[in-house]
Amino acid sequence: MNNSPRAANGRAPDVFRPGGWIPMRCHDDEDEVDFAIVGTGAGGGTLACKLAEAGFSVVAFDAGPFWRPLEDFASDEYHQQKLYWLGERITGGDDPVQLGSNNSGRSVGGSTVHFQMVSLRFGPDRFKARSRLGYAVDWPIEPEEMWHYYDLTEDALKIAGPVSYPWGPPRRRYPYRQHELNAAGLVLARGCEALGIKWAATPIATLSAPRGKSPPCVYRGFCKFGCSTNAKQSALITWIPWAIKAGAEIRDLAMVGRIEVGRDGKVTALHYHRQGEWRRQRAKNIVVAGYAIETPRLLLNSACPQFPDGLANSSGMVGKFFMVQSNHAVYGTFDEEIRWYKAPPSLAITEHWNYTQTGKDFPGGYAYMSQGPLPIEWADTVTGQRGLWGIELRHEMAKYNHQAGLKIVGEVLPQEKNRVELTDETDDLGLPIPRIVFAYGEEDRKLYQHAVRFMSAALEAAGGKDLWSAEDTAHLGGTCRMGTDPANSVTNADGRCWDIANLWICDGSLFPTVAGVNPSLTIQALAWRIADRIRDLARRGEL
Amino acid sequence: MSEVFHRRYPTYDVLDKWDSPSWNGQTRTVVKQRLEQVPPRRFLTETEWEILAAICDRLIPQPDRGDRPVPIVPFIDEKLHENQGDGYRYDGLPAMREAWRQGIHAIEEEARARWSGGFRELPHNQQDAVLRAIQHGDIRSPAWEGLPAGRFFSSLLLHAVVSVYYAHPAAWNEIGFGGPASPRGYVRLGFDRRDPWEAEERHEQ
Repeated sequence: MNNSPRAANGRAPDVFRPGGWIPMRCHDDEDEVDFAIVGTGAGGGTLACKLAEAGFSVVAFDAGPFWRPLEDFASDEYHQQKLYWLGERITGGDDPVQLGSNNSGRSVGGSTVHFQMVSLRFGPDRFKARSRLGYAVDWPIEPEEMWHYYDLTEDALKIAGPVSYPWGPPRRRYPYRQHELNAAGLVLARGCEALGIKWAATPIATLSAPRGKSPPCVYRGFCKFGCSTNAKQSALITWIPWAIKAGAEIRDLAMVGRIEVGRDGKVTALHYHRQGEWRRQRAKNIVVAGYAIETPRLLLNSACPQFPDGLANSSGMVGKFFMVQSNHAVYGTFDEEIRWYKAPPSLAITEHWNYTQTGKDFPGGYAYMSQGPLPIEWADTVTGQRGLWGIELRHEMAKYNHQAGLKIVGEVLPQEKNRVELTDETDDLGLPIPRIVFAYGEEDRKLYQHAVRFMSAALEAAGGKDLWSAEDTAHLGGTCRMGTDPANSVTNADGRCWDIANLWICDGSLFPTVAGVNPSLTIQALAWRIADRIRDLARRGEL
Repeated sequence: MSEVFHRRYPTYDVLDKWDSPSWNGQTRTVVKQRLEQVPPRRFLTETEWEILAAICDRLIPQPDRGDRPVPIVPFIDEKLHENQGDGYRYDGLPAMREAWRQGIHAIEEEARARWSGGFRELPHNQQDAVLRAIQHGDIRSPAWEGLPAGRFFSSLLLHAVVSVYYAHPAAWNEIGFGGPASPRGYVRLGFDRRDPWEAEERHEQ
């Protein structure tokens, strides 16, 4: 199936029925559609749905296949690597980032097909990090506005979470009830209670009760490898079918390689590779939503005589301020059986260190959550961090059911020198491949060192023995930051490029800062806001 | 040196669930292929294959499985044949296929630089000493030129070996992993709670 697109000829896969189809409006390459969107994940998928619902003609492209989870997803870590972006990339700098399975998807629905579903809000002050907390930069959007879109997004995805969430300003309850905690989550709770800080059931995008054609979660635990229950509210089973119903077209297995610019300096068409040939789709507006590596890669690969440094890059900021989140962990062995392979991996959380400013020696914030790695991931952690192999490794791995751990999503501050750039090497399609250059800053190191100290105390208090810590990164951000000044940002607050009025960006690359929370909910809320802004601008004749 | 592996879950075989609601059709297809259609040699030379097999025997010794060890080299060869990487490579490392060819050759040369023979001819303790030195970047052979030894060992070699081994049902059994779990999933989630279809741990006296 990897070579033949499924979404074509007036129909698209029905994600809820093995072998099923739903009707889909299709466009000719020659149709000048209102919006051509590159990417169908948290950013592009949400935007495609909302723009189609607003009455625009939309075609959204994805390099990956269009899965039907009920028939395509095996309960198997090794096989499900098919969900990841495995095209070649070079990773460098003082602290090279692991890519592939760690932070990127190649499917209709993008990384949400294999994300862990943790759905958190930025604390309001984090949108104004510079003016309220004295570090990094402000977002060009007011916190109240983002929190309004969080309300909408959480309701659209039926996020399961507590009736009363312990952190942040008063908010309404989560739309679906929280999930029962597994033992791995109860370990986190024990540790927090022993150290006197609050904890909660993690707000999570998998159903705790039926919804439409989706049953509730069955606690199978393979969330990072695709949900074959269809309980996970990924873009693949929410925004995408909603978008198609509203009239959008999705083109799977369609890799966009270049954006074409007309004589007037506006973008006119996309060049994409599908079924063995390069094709050209005309569009009045183009939105790039390929996440923090593919988005700048496409803009840089689209350099042309008018824009020799790449599109939307007069500031020189395309590819700059690349961010990840620190993802450090502490693990220990418990007398009890934990069996952490059961249920979504991160069912319990504390955001204490996102909301307190006392007792810390760094400006950013972090959340930490319970863990549930499956065997290959766990073996990779044990070998990668501790260098174990031989019979010693097999013995260590045999403790699997007695392990528990705590892991952060930590804020990494934006630094201009961390970046995505093009190399001289090309991929199978002849497109230059990217190099990602990353190094932690001093404040970033203070943050994860603090977290490792604190989590060690918490895990020990919870009964953990033989503790050890591990380093990792998660998620991506930055590289096309939005802002208020065309001299140091790529787009305005609407994701509209300063240099080219009909070129837009809608994904995590817009983030000026990443905060200490998983990015997916914020990307979706931001995409919804951008769609509303586009609708309003169109009504005023300002597109 | 004796190597012994005691099973914690002696009565558990994840394959017993094959026809149960814990396994669905697509999972059976994938696992059946892994068990029954072990890939043939297509990328590595015969010599490279044999050296790699000797290396894998030290990275994941399987003294408990007699002449039926979990196959590892065939799946690494498959990955190389398909040229399917992990989605990134470290700056300064050659492309995946070249790195493996050079790395296997360099391990052989490192063995010769330290001891009297090639890797396959060495006793286990000397093989382990070679691998440990390479892991820590303590190398003597010029065959490593252009290939950072420690990075090759951890990010390519060991990563690939454990990814293959812990993808095998026999490895799931020995760690008590529930294995495939769709459509049924699990019910009992708390401390010391076990569904009847999960592995039962042997408790020592």
